[in-house]
Amino acid sequence: MTVFILNNELVKTAVTPSITLLDFIREQQRLKGTKIGCREGDCGACTVLMGSLNNDQISYQSITSCIAPLGNAHGKHIVTIEGVNLPKKLNVVQQAMASNYATQCGFCTPGFVVSMTGFALKDRASNLNSCNDAVSGNICRCTGYKSIEKAGFEVEKIVEEKDDNHQIKWLVQQGFVPNYFETIPQRLESLLSPNSEDHSYQSNTTIVANGTDLYVRHADKLAQETIHLVAKNTNLNGISVADNVCTLGANTTVTELLEHKELRKVFPKLDVFLKLVSSEQIRNMGTLAGNFVNASPIGDMSIFFLALNSVITIQHINGAERKVRFQEFHRDYKVYDLQEDEIVKSISFNLLSENETFNFEKVCKRTHLDIASVNAAIRINMNKDVIITAHAAVGGVAAIPKYLTKTCQFLIGKKIHPQNIKGAENILQSEIMPISDVRGSADYKRLLARQLFFAHFIELFPLKVDLQKLIY
Amino acid sequence: MQNIDSYTHVRGESLFVDDIIIRQDTLFGVVFDSPKAHGKIKNVDYSEAENLKGVTKIFTYKDIIGENQIGGILPDEPLWAEDEVHFWGQPIAFIVAETEAIAKQARQLITIEIEELPVITTAKEAKTKGSFINAPRSFSLGNTEEAFSDCDYVLEGETFSNGQEHLYLETQGCYAIPQENGSIKLISSTQGPTAVQKITARVLGVPMHKVEVDVIRLGGGFGGKEDQATPWAVMTAVAVQHLNKPVKYILNRHDDLRMTGKRHPYSSFFKIGLNKNLKVTAFEAEFLQNAGAAADLSPAIAERTLFHATNSYFVPNVKTSVYSCKTNLPPNTAFRGFGGPQGMFVIESAIAAAAEAIGVNRRFIQEANLLSENDEFSYGQIATKVEVQNTWFSAKKKFELEKIESEIDLFNKNNESFKKGISLMPIAFGISFTNTPMNHARALVHIYQDGSVGVSTGAVEMGQSVNTKMLQVVQDILGISSEKVKLETTNTTRVANTSPSAASSTADLNGKAVKMACEALLGRLVKVATEMLDEDEQSISIQNDVVFVNGQKSKISWETLVAQAMLERVALSENAHYATPIIHFDKTKEKGHPFAYHVYGTAITTVTVDCVRGIYEIDTVKIVHDFGKSMNIGIDLGQVEGALAQGIGWMTIEEIAYDTDGRLESNALSTYKVPDIFSAPKTIETIPLETEGNDMAIFKSKAVGEPPLMYGIGAYFAIQNAVKAFNKSYVLKFHAPFTPEKVLMALYEK
Repeated sequence: MTVFILNNELVKTAVTPSITLLDFIREQQRLKGTKIGCREGDCGACTVLMGSLNNDQISYQSITSCIAPLGNAHGKHIVTIEGVNLPKKLNVVQQAMASNYATQCGFCTPGFVVSMTGFALKDRASNLNSCNDAVSGNICRCTGYKSIEKAGFEVEKIVEEKDDNHQIKWLVQQGFVPNYFETIPQRLESLLSPNSEDHSYQSNTTIVANGTDLYVRHADKLAQETIHLVAKNTNLNGISVADNVCTLGANTTVTELLEHKELRKVFPKLDVFLKLVSSEQIRNMGTLAGNFVNASPIGDMSIFFLALNSVITIQHINGAERKVRFQEFHRDYKVYDLQEDEIVKSISFNLLSENETFNFEKVCKRTHLDIASVNAAIRINMNKDVIITAHAAVGGVAAIPKYLTKTCQFLIGKKIHPQNIKGAENILQSEIMPISDVRGSADYKRLLARQLFFAHFIELFPLKVDLQKLIY
Repeated sequence: MQNIDSYTHVRGESLFVDDIIIRQDTLFGVVFDSPKAHGKIKNVDYSEAENLKGVTKIFTYKDIIGENQIGGILPDEPLWAEDEVHFWGQPIAFIVAETEAIAKQARQLITIEIEELPVITTAKEAKTKGSFINAPRSFSLGNTEEAFSDCDYVLEGETFSNGQEHLYLETQGCYAIPQENGSIKLISSTQGPTAVQKITARVLGVPMHKVEVDVIRLGGGFGGKEDQATPWAVMTAVAVQHLNKPVKYILNRHDDLRMTGKRHPYSSFFKIGLNKNLKVTAFEAEFLQNAGAAADLSPAIAERTLFHATNSYFVPNVKTSVYSCKTNLPPNTAFRGFGGPQGMFVIESAIAAAAEAIGVNRRFIQEANLLSENDEFSYGQIATKVEVQNTWFSAKKKFELEKIESEIDLFNKNNESFKKGISLMPIAFGISFTNTPMNHARALVHIYQDGSVGVSTGAVEMGQSVNTKMLQVVQDILGISSEKVKLETTNTTRVANTSPSAASSTADLNGKAVKMACEALLGRLVKVATEMLDEDEQSISIQNDVVFVNGQKSKISWETLVAQAMLERVALSENAHYATPIIHFDKTKEKGHPFAYHVYGTAITTVTVDCVRGIYEIDTVKIVHDFGKSMNIGIDLGQVEGALAQGIGWMTIEEIAYDTDGRLESNALSTYKVPDIFSAPKTIETIPLETEGNDMAIFKSKAVGEPPLMYGIGAYFAIQNAVKAFNKSYVLKFHAPFTPEKVLMALYEK
């Protein structure tokens, strides 16, 4: 039984939890405002909000309902476009969209409105988004976006005035959302009884976190199967920092990582790096472990954590745990070190010391919400002007997310000097074996791998390296 | 006035085909399509699929009672393949089942044996092998051969522009419902209701009056639903004909991407001749259009390429020819611009090549050759009310071009990792269907006895806000408020024999018809008012829902007037017909006056290229555009921005890829990237050119749908300009889109 609040209604459904939330909304509930554009999380026409209660606080995130399993709605508040409509008048976001001519054919519009309402609902203290970021996963083919952007600026401006202590109340008063929103936290609380769910993992079922990969490829098949939803398993949640080690649960989403206050201090450009990863909706759903076991050679999170020199913790169904160096986790194309009845529990890395720096690079056809042609990351530890250790990884150029063992070895003991970087880049080329595909030709990927390797040093050591010295 | 659908759009209350609450006994269809691009069908085994529980019937060509033929211009395309398949994704059968999931499951169970035949994927290869859709077409003016011999510079070159996926957010689809006596109602997402009706009647073997097509609105069309909405509607109709139950078919995105045609890729060759004063005196071009496996609209699109081969320039000696090359891709089709953009890209490339060879800024050549009043196009039309120079020079002045250029030079001098580039892009785009007989429309206007008004036209609302403009016409002519006017669905039983909503001319054609209908109604009502007030006709007008006498408010409201007219048995409905005057074209001579008028404009595009990573941003696009006298500037600006973004997408990141076997590689939204909010230009500034407008346009407000797309071509040359600033040894290439891959390779080309 999946129990949740859909807009202002309590829903108890015995429908198989592995169907998509989108199909449940449109076909079972006949709410037709949520549109089907692509069924792969790439257009945002199906965007809904998911409200979760944590310590009496409700927080809303936008998600693409086309790749979200219905079961993950359990205990949540799901908000569709119908759920933000006010009786007989437009809400603030809708008014901004209409008066800026930001709707033409109207098909993508509900998705944009929901995403922008999500922006308004987001707790301002942790909100690193602009309204544009909030609609980074929404595609419009009619407007050219400038009118939508203008509507977004208007919304941003109004939200600046938000009363931080009574956010929902304020939003209701301002006419962003209907007044039933104020009743939701209490209603959700009464919904959630402890131990109502069994998190134990059963053999031979497909493990699904938030579906951003599996549901893109296999939604039809999964709809007919029993799946094991790990998103509710709180043992796999959370980011902790202790004794200079940061441990991130398997369920950690990219958004959680991006918004983590301590980690943002460690990585000042964290939000810049991570906003290159997919879209707002997908960052709200996609988990670290999901990205690791998807095992794409171009997985952004794999490259990120490879360069951090991370260790992954794997848990057996019987509770036994083992640790594996992340560099050794991926073995071959889509082959990785996870045995039957094992799941990824967490990943950890040593925090960066004062002498350490980190950089992440990603280039794709479209800068945002796209899969990289090549991505790259590096962690460098310096003793004065000499490299003590380096950990570098590059994606899209081998069968696995590639940790550059030899290149890193070469860098040890070297000074930051164009000649040394060029030397390292030579070795890098010997470690990679890109193939030509829809993301680019092999020649391009080789050149791009070089450029992104150079980019690390240009970014991290601007006084010592510049582009011209590296390419000539 | 905002789009009249804004309220329901932003609330998610606007209905699209997939949103209609369906009859309980509705069945669902899915197409089984060819897994090979070319071959003989040896055997298809449907038995397992047919036996799957919940499968109602699998339809093939054998079930067709009428003709298995859906070709529009040429009869060369079957609804379902018979013995051969000609493209990957060609429909072979239509599975109808109790649920969509079952239909999809059944599709997995069908096995097919195909004896493969050679596959052609490029226009060049098709030309070599003599594979064409129809005979080539040629336009000519003056004598290029003589002119070239007198030129100071003659350049030749080759260009390629790739296809483009429409990516209407709403995929194709139709819901078919049986009616009495073998009639069928089709609720289709089509730009061409009459095309759907006509082809359905042909395939079903029934008269057209048995087929009613209703269109609520489209979630985007862009040309992709002009001809290619038809097959899916016909398939559901065939199923209804046999099963007498409603059948719904909404394509999923992957099926839509795989089975439908796109903008045509073009391979072209040019030869351009100039004099020392930079006048282009001769231009030749050969266009190879990759038409795909059937004609679809390709011949008409090819023709428009020739019409726009010299863009907004006057060239006294022109020779152009176009070949519609038959390949094994899905039949390529209409896409905003309709062959015009492909033509313009070639002459803009030729000018870039010439500028590079001569060593001058490209814009000097552009400027030296802009159209003037009474210049002759290669197809014989004399240019009148030409505004391109006005847009060009006011863009230069208003946007301070020279200042922008010097700022860019300075930036480039001071930055080694980033380079900026700039380009100017003038446009001249002809308005009218180039097939003269299509330039007509009708409107049916009812004034109900309570004074409310219902309006039906042949125009299909697909986001261009044509219904809003229609409402404005009614409001303006009848002098009533907007709440009194409702725009009805587009329905073939109310307005018959429509031309598709296309060629940017929907508002002109239908708007003129609405205007005529309203004027006739107004005339009758004024007559009633004359009698009521005992005044003469000249002194009566209607404004703000009230009858006015000599500019003074009378006591007679609109409602009272209508009620009186009703009592007097005055006809309160009017059906008007409009056909564009003046236009004509003689295909045997390839000369005539095909366009009601041209739309002009100039865009200045600036970009920044990240020379470390090969990525780029479009900084600004500044436009002076000839709207005529815009009747709705908010909506028209939205059309400019939307078209521009699409044009930039076509020129930059949108990359269609087929492998050599003819399989679409960019077959999902994860591999085919359209612009998102971050890839839109940072700034778009559009200044309307102040003009008197053109009477051939509705309320002198010029057509706006397609022309601004071609401003996007400027992005290509701006990027090229920036690349050249970084890498002096880069040899100019004209191979669109200019993807980050091509940019990086160009930056480091030796």
